[in-house]
Amino acid sequence: MKRRELLATSAAALGLAATLGSKARAQTPLKVGFVYIGPPGDFGWTYAHDQARLTAQEHFGDAVETFYVDNVPEGPDAERIMTQMALSGANMIFATSFGYGPSLNAVAQRFPNIAFEHATGYLQEAPNVSLYNARFYEGRAVIGTIAGRMTQTNKIGYIASFPIPEVIMGINAAYIHAKKVNPDITLSVVWAYSWFDPAQEAAAAEALIEQGCDILMQHTDSTAPLSVAQQRGALAFGQASDMTQFAPDVHLTAIIDNWAPYYVKRIQEKLDGTWAADNVWSGIPEDEVTFAPFNDRIPAEVQDEANALIESIRDGSYHPFTGPLNRQDGSAWLAEGEVADDGTLLGMNFYVEGISGDIPN
Amino acid sequence: MLRLERRPSPSKAWNYATPVVAVLLTMIAGGILFTILGKNPFEAIKLIFWDPLFSEQFAAYSRPQLLVKAGPLILIAVGLSIGFRAGIWNIGAEGQYIVGALCAAAVALAFYPAESVLVFPLMIVAGALGGWAWAMIPAILRTRFNTNEILVSLLLVYVAEKLLAAAATGFMRNPQGAGFPGSRNINQYASAANHEIFAGTGLHWGGVAAFVAVLFTYIMLQRHILGFQVQLAGQAPRAARFAGVAPARLVLMCMGISGAFAGMAGMFEVAGPARLISIDFNAGYGFTAIIVAFLGRLNPIGIVLAGLLLALTYIGGELAQFMLNLPAAAIQVFQGMLLFFLLALDVLSNYRVRLFLPQRATTETV
Repeated sequence: MKRRELLATSAAALGLAATLGSKARAQTPLKVGFVYIGPPGDFGWTYAHDQARLTAQEHFGDAVETFYVDNVPEGPDAERIMTQMALSGANMIFATSFGYGPSLNAVAQRFPNIAFEHATGYLQEAPNVSLYNARFYEGRAVIGTIAGRMTQTNKIGYIASFPIPEVIMGINAAYIHAKKVNPDITLSVVWAYSWFDPAQEAAAAEALIEQGCDILMQHTDSTAPLSVAQQRGALAFGQASDMTQFAPDVHLTAIIDNWAPYYVKRIQEKLDGTWAADNVWSGIPEDEVTFAPFNDRIPAEVQDEANALIESIRDGSYHPFTGPLNRQDGSAWLAEGEVADDGTLLGMNFYVEGISGDIPN
Repeated sequence: MLRLERRPSPSKAWNYATPVVAVLLTMIAGGILFTILGKNPFEAIKLIFWDPLFSEQFAAYSRPQLLVKAGPLILIAVGLSIGFRAGIWNIGAEGQYIVGALCAAAVALAFYPAESVLVFPLMIVAGALGGWAWAMIPAILRTRFNTNEILVSLLLVYVAEKLLAAAATGFMRNPQGAGFPGSRNINQYASAANHEIFAGTGLHWGGVAAFVAVLFTYIMLQRHILGFQVQLAGQAPRAARFAGVAPARLVLMCMGISGAFAGMAGMFEVAGPARLISIDFNAGYGFTAIIVAFLGRLNPIGIVLAGLLLALTYIGGELAQFMLNLPAAAIQVFQGMLLFFLLALDVLSNYRVRLFLPQRATTETV
């Protein structure tokens, strides 16, 4: 128990420091730590989070001090780094990978005065743990539509990371909308079993192109598939950030993770003392999911169609998972006009009807 | 022409001084690196080597964490050192670590939620057996078919990683985990949890196991006939055969011990600091332990010190990262420098550098 007590005392001391600090707020900046799974230079997932951190830093100026640790493995290392951040006087910690969950909750229990923000997680075992995620499937619906219109061979390649609901949701959203505009398409999925492995992702891209796919989508974070697409003349979409520079000719657009509005809002709430744990899932309407400029190769009418879809999602008139939709095995999922609820989406473990192949288990 | 010449009797004093000199040289070279990156070098060095041990703000937490981080490194490294002394190269401790953790987690999850004092010991046995069995694959392939255990054990790491991914996303997935990969939190299951033994020390059962393993290895190498056989096989394989050492048995034994130790390390980690089976459960301990084993000169006591030193650079390195906004890569370069200087100085203390004129060199080598 001694260590617990010790940590409790240091936490209490920090809490005291925080209350004292609020009186002298003008001098002491709010300290906000970020824990990254990859390097900020990945031009994907971590890059997007770091851009948002920099935007927030610029927005608040001297009132806030942000800092980060990159390449933090999930597990004991993450737990130690978050604890050390807490001991160093952090008031708020953003952890940007779902695997940090158990560690983050354990640290949060020991430091009740620190606000913990966990991206794409699901565990809330302490009152100071907040969850946030983005509705990337809305973006997938849009690029699915473009892919369905642009493919010549009617074969779309999809580089997936791990068979988890988040990824399966994306595959389904892309497939449904490609199929809607082009009933002849087929979708081939390759599982990389990694979030960031340029060699593996490039090999997957090569394999898909060999199979006849002329358009690639990815749910992995490196720019390698785009480089392959550029060389082989296949079309492709960027992931998490604008990846045009890696494939200027074939990069059609990218789903951009825009975390900045959320980070600015939550840090402001912490500054004002109104921060409370929440569970937020935002998307196109909140500008958390945005798009890189459309490539000129996309015909004007397809651009208009994509923009119309974006607007219908933005004003809430359309949900990408609207019935009638069946599961892969033919059983009914959503009836005509029925909209999927968030719980089903977040636990999605099945393909929709029409996708061939099995989800690996 | 430069040539290395073995010193007939390397200096004892230098043998002990090299690690200290290497740390000092690393501080100087690292200081230059941090200065180039625009940071205060003295502050960075202090954050890495001093603050985790003595600063008021961090030491109370980070000192025990040294044991948490060093424990598995030491446990795996002493196991590897036995084989390395005999010229048996188990490079796949990372895979044995994963399989040990998977077996231990399987035991825990099979019993969940029943509470029993038997669960924890059973998990240790399962972890050790899992690691042992995974190491037996390259061992038996070598003794039966004369395959190269370096390649086979290394490649089995990637097989183990795929098994781990399959377990985390499939057959061990937490049924209450909302479809996310990862098993139940074993650390929250009382019978299976590997908590600190004395609160505030950072010492969990893995640390105790590492200590016992160090003692066991020390006694075996110094006092037991097996230790003699290991040394002999490494230094003079032909003489070892004449002395009645069965090479196949030695391979099985060395691979088995190192595999079992690595598997146990995986067990203590999954039930303790790592808390659960996840896709990225393996954090490279099995590979880092190879460095620790050589840094400690394959000597059990040296391995303990090397493990603690490496743990210090990890924990201090993390502090330096977020206190000074240094990228993780800068810290990795710093750690690399430490290894480079240690190995370089080791070479210089065991070998003399001789300068030869090209002409003379060619005639002499003939």
